[in-house]
Amino acid sequence: MSEELSGVAAAPGVVAGPVRRVVEPVTDLGPPTRVEDAKAEAETARAALADVQMLFEKRATGANSQEVADILSAQAMMAGDPVLWDNISGAIDEGLPAPHAVARAFASFKTALEQVGGYVGDRAGDLDAISARVVAVLLGAPVADLPVSSEPYVLVARDLAPADTAQLNPAVVLALVTREGGPTSHTAIIARSFGIPAVVACSRAEEISDGESVVVDGDRGIVVRSPDDAHLAEVERRAEWLTRARRESHGPGRTSDSHGVPLLANVGNAAEAEAAAKDSEGIGLFRTEFLFLDRSEEPSINEQVEAYVSVFNALGERKVVLRTLDAGADKPLKWLDLGGEMNPALGVRGLRTARVRPDVLEHQLIAVARAAKATAAKVWVMAPMVSTAAEAAEFVGLAHDQGLTRAGVMVEVPALALCAGDVARVVDFFSIGTNDLSQYVSASDRTIGALSDLLDHWQPAVVRLIREVAKGARVGGIPVGVCGESASDPLFALVLVGLGISTLSMAPAGLPLVRASLRAHSFEDCKRMAKLALTASDAVEARASVAESVHIPIG
Amino acid sequence: MSDVSRTVVVGSRVGLHSRPAKLVAQEAAKLPVVVKISKDNGTAVDARSLLSMLALGAKKGDQVTLTADGDGADGAVDALATLIEQDLDEADV
Repeated sequence: MSEELSGVAAAPGVVAGPVRRVVEPVTDLGPPTRVEDAKAEAETARAALADVQMLFEKRATGANSQEVADILSAQAMMAGDPVLWDNISGAIDEGLPAPHAVARAFASFKTALEQVGGYVGDRAGDLDAISARVVAVLLGAPVADLPVSSEPYVLVARDLAPADTAQLNPAVVLALVTREGGPTSHTAIIARSFGIPAVVACSRAEEISDGESVVVDGDRGIVVRSPDDAHLAEVERRAEWLTRARRESHGPGRTSDSHGVPLLANVGNAAEAEAAAKDSEGIGLFRTEFLFLDRSEEPSINEQVEAYVSVFNALGERKVVLRTLDAGADKPLKWLDLGGEMNPALGVRGLRTARVRPDVLEHQLIAVARAAKATAAKVWVMAPMVSTAAEAAEFVGLAHDQGLTRAGVMVEVPALALCAGDVARVVDFFSIGTNDLSQYVSASDRTIGALSDLLDHWQPAVVRLIREVAKGARVGGIPVGVCGESASDPLFALVLVGLGISTLSMAPAGLPLVRASLRAHSFEDCKRMAKLALTASDAVEARASVAESVHIPIG
Repeated sequence: MSDVSRTVVVGSRVGLHSRPAKLVAQEAAKLPVVVKISKDNGTAVDARSLLSMLALGAKKGDQVTLTADGDGADGAVDALATLIEQDLDEADV
């Protein structure tokens, strides 16, 4: 009998395959028993540390990027750290068993690094992973790790950390399923960048056992256990369409009746911009945080100009929408001390940081203007986290003063969306950030997987706010794009176009499917689907009613 | 026997962590004597220990003091001092 486990759709596509589970680490060592032969115990501890050190060194050599190689070789050094070893051997001399001594030594360094904070503090969590691995070797327990398999598999885990996903081989991983996480979690982002389906927040994922066959439906957010022939036939039919759609989908975005909807990419640096430039009509969201995070002072104007020029140049004469610095208590900057906040998502972040440091925004706008002048790209600039028409007008004024003629705002705060008609009079364009808009309108933290049903972009409140913004934009005669992850949902993209959204920007992996979906439907179809989504009583009904009326097998 | 001590300013943009700390620890491991490093008159830690150095939390512009005893102490302290003063995050080592 087949059985459906529900979760949240995090990356599109459907696939069938055998499950490989991530083995969870041993966390409970139990009370220590006194060790008699401390010398022998120390020898085993030393050997286990050496094993782990060697393994990390080997992985560093085979890593797929320099960044990952650096992290892994630092972790190898930590396993072989002489002062860590002094702590461990000292504890063993006092009679502590090796696993306890190892766990204690790593834990004390973890506390020390957390106290330093910043980048060092962020790395403190890595020590848990090294410690768990050494302990597993000592106990002869299965090592908490990604499965090793050359056969394609569906990866099932409690959650996936960046350090785990760095090891994933896109050639053999068919799909990701996690118990934790939400549609904007790291797992979802990685799955989309690999172009594989993902289902997150699947509360019953624990029940799936290693080796069993499942179907992962990343469009509907379900995992099917013991799928029957009908399921497998459906998978095949959709997989065929998806493969063809991905392969055959190139060129500009438009509906079947040639209503143009430029398809743009979200990028965070020059390398991503170059990759995205291959098959997109421009950049709809250029995040500039990479220049500002992890450093002790503000980047100079010259350094900023250089970085922006390299992104603009990648796009030739196409459009690039640059978002000014989006930092805050959740993405802290060492040189911009905002103090602690009880609710970072509601605190001094985005454009609000300019209240504390107006000079930083001014420098950034100067740099953007210089870079724009030096390149052929059509540069638009926008501010994140804007709440009122007055804030919007002030930002637009600053940008215009620098000679940046197209200045707009991100629409993420419901207050701004509700007054879109007034705001549209003072800005050159809108870009709706649906991830934050969903989190703010539903008062649900987007980092909490358990709330992901409330964060769904199919929620009637989100759809209605998007309609308000589109209406305001129409009245003001300005364009309105969407640059949240919702734009990469091939069904929701149709709804957005029907609501009057003029451009869609997303992670590049999402472009082919959205392009294929648009081309299979007319502008009238899109308007009809927008109406269905607007009149549905809840998110599930909204999605289901749109899915029933599409001409493609992605419902 | 000679006690050597030298105070230098951290030159790396990111401070004495991630890549710079790794390079310093690697270099320290090759030296004939143990070089200790401290910040703000705090506890001096073994420069071969990446973890201890990270826990110092030395940022760009912070002063750190290097000390060593015995034969080769001079050269050892010099070698690490030169390294710490550079912007190692930029260096292509």
